[in-house]
Amino acid sequence: MSIARPEIPTPSLMGFTLPIMAIAGAFTGYVVGTAHGTPVPGVVIGIVVAVALGYVLAQFVPDRRIGRLGTAALAGITGMALVGTSGLIAGILIGLVLSWFAYWLSSGDYRASVPVYATAGDVLWHNSFKFVCGLIFFFLIAPIVVVLPLSFNAENFFTFTPKMLALDPEGYSLKHYRDFFTNSDWQGALWNSIRIAPVATLLSVSFGTLAAIGLSQSHVPFRRAIMAILISPMIVPLIISAAGMYFFYSRIGLQGTYWGVVLAHAALGIPFVIITVTATLVGFDRSLTRAAANMGAGPIRTFFKVQMPLILPGVISGALFAFITSFDEVVVVLFVGSAGQKTLPWQMFTGLREQISPTILAVAAILVAFSIILLTTVEILRRRSERLRGMSPS
Amino acid sequence: MSDITEAGPMRAADGTPLKKSLARALRRQKLRALALIAPLLIFILVTFIAPIADMLFRSVENQIVRDTLPRTVAALKDWDAASGEVPGEPVFAGLAVDFQIAAELKNHTKLGSRLNYENPGISSLFRKTGRGAEDIGKTFMDRFVDVNEAWKKSGTWATLFGDDKWLADQAAWAAAKDKDAKEPPFKLREGVADVLPVTASTYRTFARAAQQDGRKSPVDTKPWPVLFTALGQDLANASPESLGALGGENGALVQEVATAVQGFETFGYRDAFLDIDKGWGDLDKWETIKAYSPPYTPGYFLNAADLEKGPDGIQARPEQQRIYVTLFIRTMWMSMLITFSCLLLGYPVAWLLANLRSSTANLLMILVLLPFWTSLLVRTSAWKVLLQQQGVINDVLVWLGLIDDANRLIMINNQFGTITAMTHILLPFMILPLYSVMKTIPPSYLRAAKSLGATNWTAFWRVYFPQSVPGIGAGSILVFILSIGYYITPEIVGGTRGVFISNRIAYHISSSLNWGLAAALGTILLALVLLLYYVYDKIVGIDNVKLG
Repeated sequence: MSIARPEIPTPSLMGFTLPIMAIAGAFTGYVVGTAHGTPVPGVVIGIVVAVALGYVLAQFVPDRRIGRLGTAALAGITGMALVGTSGLIAGILIGLVLSWFAYWLSSGDYRASVPVYATAGDVLWHNSFKFVCGLIFFFLIAPIVVVLPLSFNAENFFTFTPKMLALDPEGYSLKHYRDFFTNSDWQGALWNSIRIAPVATLLSVSFGTLAAIGLSQSHVPFRRAIMAILISPMIVPLIISAAGMYFFYSRIGLQGTYWGVVLAHAALGIPFVIITVTATLVGFDRSLTRAAANMGAGPIRTFFKVQMPLILPGVISGALFAFITSFDEVVVVLFVGSAGQKTLPWQMFTGLREQISPTILAVAAILVAFSIILLTTVEILRRRSERLRGMSPS
Repeated sequence: MSDITEAGPMRAADGTPLKKSLARALRRQKLRALALIAPLLIFILVTFIAPIADMLFRSVENQIVRDTLPRTVAALKDWDAASGEVPGEPVFAGLAVDFQIAAELKNHTKLGSRLNYENPGISSLFRKTGRGAEDIGKTFMDRFVDVNEAWKKSGTWATLFGDDKWLADQAAWAAAKDKDAKEPPFKLREGVADVLPVTASTYRTFARAAQQDGRKSPVDTKPWPVLFTALGQDLANASPESLGALGGENGALVQEVATAVQGFETFGYRDAFLDIDKGWGDLDKWETIKAYSPPYTPGYFLNAADLEKGPDGIQARPEQQRIYVTLFIRTMWMSMLITFSCLLLGYPVAWLLANLRSSTANLLMILVLLPFWTSLLVRTSAWKVLLQQQGVINDVLVWLGLIDDANRLIMINNQFGTITAMTHILLPFMILPLYSVMKTIPPSYLRAAKSLGATNWTAFWRVYFPQSVPGIGAGSILVFILSIGYYITPEIVGGTRGVFISNRIAYHISSSLNWGLAAALGTILLALVLLLYYVYDKIVGIDNVKLG
């Protein structure tokens, strides 16, 4: 990472490093001290240790690997001796962070991503900006991550128990997962979701792909109006769609039936299919179909042999969007469905509103894992699609 | 290419003029495109647009009064509320028949609760009358049975009003005792409706209800007392000559009782109703029934705007009943706060993502996309876990000694909870459009501005920010549209003060069953969203919506 700047003599950054290390040490010391029940001594010890650490690492340990691993090991052993297993992990983490921070400051790396001519104010602004962005990313991701350890809670609590914080194996258990896999309510809901989402997806993908191909032709009358109608299920608030469908479907006898829910979910998924497939078709080279026709292929053969393979990534990612829309949808199914169509999100919703059961967290953790798989698939497909169409993947 | 030398228009290979041939090709192309789109368009129209249209229709529809009290509504036409008197005997006579039928079909409570939205108190009046109305019919029944015992028998009524062929079919059906066989639908005897109109229509309702209810035969079902009231009214109006048209043994029965009716003392319908409940003497009850007797009403919309129809036209509702305008304003205000906080958090992140090396940016993008792909319920439950009084954030704050264990922060079931959770949920929808716009702004512009002497702030504010405005517009409108119609998250973390108009709509659909009001509130919300959708289309274009 170091940028070669041979003609500039490296100034000593000690006078800058040590006070900041002191602040970082005070902060860490306060947190550790509070956990121990002694905040004020914690702050003092933190300052002393951090300043010493910064000085020693900068002056005597030029090899960063050794310095960081050594600090982590030392802090870990101290933590282990003082608290136990959780102390070991906390110590290693603190050691790693503090030693990284010490090198970052003392070696001048904190200026690495700003131009050489930047003023001190610029550098401070740049790094605080990055820090704020880091906090926002934390805000985005932390709520989802918190669910994962909590789902292994051995107690029926929605928060960390002292045993969990002490990393005591007794504080953790799979009982919420066991409940999810054995409770007939949850299993029925899961089964309903599995029965509804794929059929709805199939409907929206088959209708949606055809229409997207139609929409991407060069001369389509009323293109804007048609597009507006087809996208509208995404824009109209779900509660309004749900209310309308409830009124209308009970008129025609679909309310409370499997097919009512499937049709409703298919309608909600269509905008996503239209958007992803038209996006793929924008870059589609029309001369390919003409070439195929020229060589004697009929329209159907051209579609399946030439066009389909090229737009397939878009179709699949549209299908994933439609699937997740149906799989995650709760408002419409709440109104259009009856107890026989209770899906997983519906069960979670009732769980959250009425009988708060920590099984929800186990389900949530499973769904997070599921969404990671989906996200990865969509990303891979997107890159593949861009490569197929000769764009450089970004 | 000898054709070129020929005079006249250019021709295609088959000899048709080129212009015509091209136009035909274009038309065929258009038709093919439309044929590809048509299945989906029809699908969306049936499964989505029709329900929305149904909701719009329900927000003004008001058939229930006319359907439940048809004779009363017809008689009320001549009544003028300004006269200061309750309607006369004909209206009450109609009401006597209508109400007894409604009570038999158990429709009167539905109508009562419908009218109760407009005039509180009607519901209890209707319920009480529903229990007492049968006595009116029983009075008539006793008089008729005194004349001839045959009126007590259901068969008498069936042969009088049932078509001969239907009677035969019905008898065959009853004899077969086949549980799966379809009961022959009731058919009215020809001509009887001209002579005894009220009774004929009442008997038809009775027969259909009997056939629907547990597949009983009207021939064996005990006649409703209301039939006697109706017959009494018909006979009082009928001329003896027309009664002669009813031949056969039943004709004789009717003529016998018609003669007897002349001797009965006049039945006071109005007094009978006033005996059941004094409420029928209140002018405002009748005003409400008359005001809501047309098949369409603006009442639900007035209600949704905290207005009501008063004697002097439209007026504001009493103070304590005004909730919807406040709720709409609160929904808009909170949506704006959510949009603003999304912008505040999303702008720096989008900037960072747009200006990093693409490999790093892609890695960080995952942190934005993961929440986007995670189930809404998962994120909402995570916030419930975090924000509770015994939740993770409060625990951490107590543990750090920042707050006292006794004074844990209340962060859930209020507006703070809704705004925090929804900002988190909608943040990706702000970041993605901002990012795609910022990606197109060349970083060299900022450097150029600075090299020309602009300070960091001027360079950002005068050069970069104006170019990012389309992204801000797109993201803000998207977030605002999405948040204004949110239901799940406010329902779970919003408590009572942090809920949106959607929660009220859901309440009216599933709990209070005031569907018309729910539809009116939904229509107003829909109009608002469509307006924003239109603006969004003008700014961004719906074709340019991108996902992921």
